[in-house]
Amino acid sequence: MIKWEEKLSPSVKGIPPSGIRRFFDLVSEMKGVISLGVGEPDFVTPWHIREACIYSLEKGYTMYTSNWGLLELREEIARHLYSNYRVKYEPSSEVLVTVGVSEGMDLALRAILAPGDEVLIPEPCYVSYSPCASLAGGVPVPILTTADNDFRVTAAQIEEKITPRTKALILSYPNNPTGATISQQELMEIAKVVKKHDLIVISDEIYDKLTYEGKHTCFASLPAMKSRTVLLNGFSKAYAMTGWRLGYACGHPEVISQMVKIHQYTMLCAPVTAQMAALEALQNGTDEMLKMVAEYDRRRRLILRGFNEIGLSCFEPKGAFYAFPSIKNTGLSSEEFAERLLMEAKVAVVPGNVFGGNGEGHIRCSYAASVENITEAIERMGKFVQQYSSCREEACS
Amino acid sequence: MDKKDQEILEMLQDNSRLRTEQIAAMLGLDQKDVANRIKEMEEQGIIVKYHTLINWEKAGEEVVSALIEVKVTPQRGAGFDAVAERIYRFPEVKSVYLMSGRYDLSVLIEGKTMKEVALFVSTKLATIEEVQSTATHFVLKKYKQEGIILEDKEKDRRLVISP
Repeated sequence: MIKWEEKLSPSVKGIPPSGIRRFFDLVSEMKGVISLGVGEPDFVTPWHIREACIYSLEKGYTMYTSNWGLLELREEIARHLYSNYRVKYEPSSEVLVTVGVSEGMDLALRAILAPGDEVLIPEPCYVSYSPCASLAGGVPVPILTTADNDFRVTAAQIEEKITPRTKALILSYPNNPTGATISQQELMEIAKVVKKHDLIVISDEIYDKLTYEGKHTCFASLPAMKSRTVLLNGFSKAYAMTGWRLGYACGHPEVISQMVKIHQYTMLCAPVTAQMAALEALQNGTDEMLKMVAEYDRRRRLILRGFNEIGLSCFEPKGAFYAFPSIKNTGLSSEEFAERLLMEAKVAVVPGNVFGGNGEGHIRCSYAASVENITEAIERMGKFVQQYSSCREEACS
Repeated sequence: MDKKDQEILEMLQDNSRLRTEQIAAMLGLDQKDVANRIKEMEEQGIIVKYHTLINWEKAGEEVVSALIEVKVTPQRGAGFDAVAERIYRFPEVKSVYLMSGRYDLSVLIEGKTMKEVALFVSTKLATIEEVQSTATHFVLKKYKQEGIILEDKEKDRRLVISP
């Protein structure tokens, strides 16, 4: 009998499973639950994109593509980034098509990290950054952002954590789970620190199109930042294409060529079917994308007003499709709150602690849900919260 | 009419049961403001009616509809309007459009049976003096109506929780 326990890689065993998993199992068993726990659009991919993909299959596009991805798609990505952010990438050497931002992040970290290199990660953040940094042999160093500063990391906070081993900084604005965005001015301050300490920035901008107030600034568009930034983006959120698993990484040819090596040996290429669909999304998808963004914006205001009315204090999210209200005045931990809310009120949310430091005391609520469901969920949550705050008062008196 | 009015209209067109407080929250407006805007648009006839799209076939009701191409002789002074009015006043007539091209009026008629519809065309529609000819096309199946797919097979297939 093989003893797997001894055979498995310690560095993999040391990684905790995603905190969402246990919760997922709980929710799946229940009926009548309204879920605000979904991290993806509630739209299906616009039909013209699906139709283009079907056509590509009919025409026999079923082969490998270049490791880099279809040149036509890379050209379109470069054109798109230039017209949106005035950042110029060379399609033949600076753009790599990946299997989602998830792969792009893994490639970037593996390409730059030597064992023991430190990666600065502002938290709360998406669940994969820290485990991917560890798996790549690096040391994740969390920086805690706070609701007081609208969950934006500051240049000073970054500088505080810098050591001789600091190699890279991960930025992810608009942010999952907080919905925070960051201004160009603040990014300029961060850019100064990055330059001063010779850091690499991995910027996950998957939610760039979902910016509701102000304009999104692409980090690579800042002066002197393009050469030291690996820009990650994809099609999942803006074009409602999560299951297609398609993204891209852009950066200096030196780093991209290393990333391509890993990609070619582990992935070969991103699926051609998804690449054909992505091409259609970039060429003809703007109108439908803007409609979806307008719809999210309305729901954002709806859920925000809802939280205010039921007395959950919530920082105003200006991007992505998440609200991150504080549940501290209920006296419950994030996990307790989420579990009881599920059991007692049948509303599923994600406990904030799974997103790392300072997530505790918050819950992540996705407003990529129908107006009816948001309204009903708020109503249920209102009753739930009231019950907990009133029994707390009794306990106090 | 400003941008907010237009948004209100789009939202109500999609779901006329939205409550004013929901619309107000979603547009970042005051509830009273929204109520006033809606009232004004109702008075101006911009919002004509709040109605419900029903799949009668699913409700077990037999409904026969037909699209009639009508050629008419326009009248001096009144053009097509007078004859259009004579047609659209009939309750059996669900919609009337003036068309460019081969024929003039497109008339949608609903009835309980094919016979009923055919009888209506021959006795009421074709007998109007200005009507030169009619061509009746019965609807065999409705796939999509007013922008809505009637038998939509797309459900929410997302995982209930995802990062």
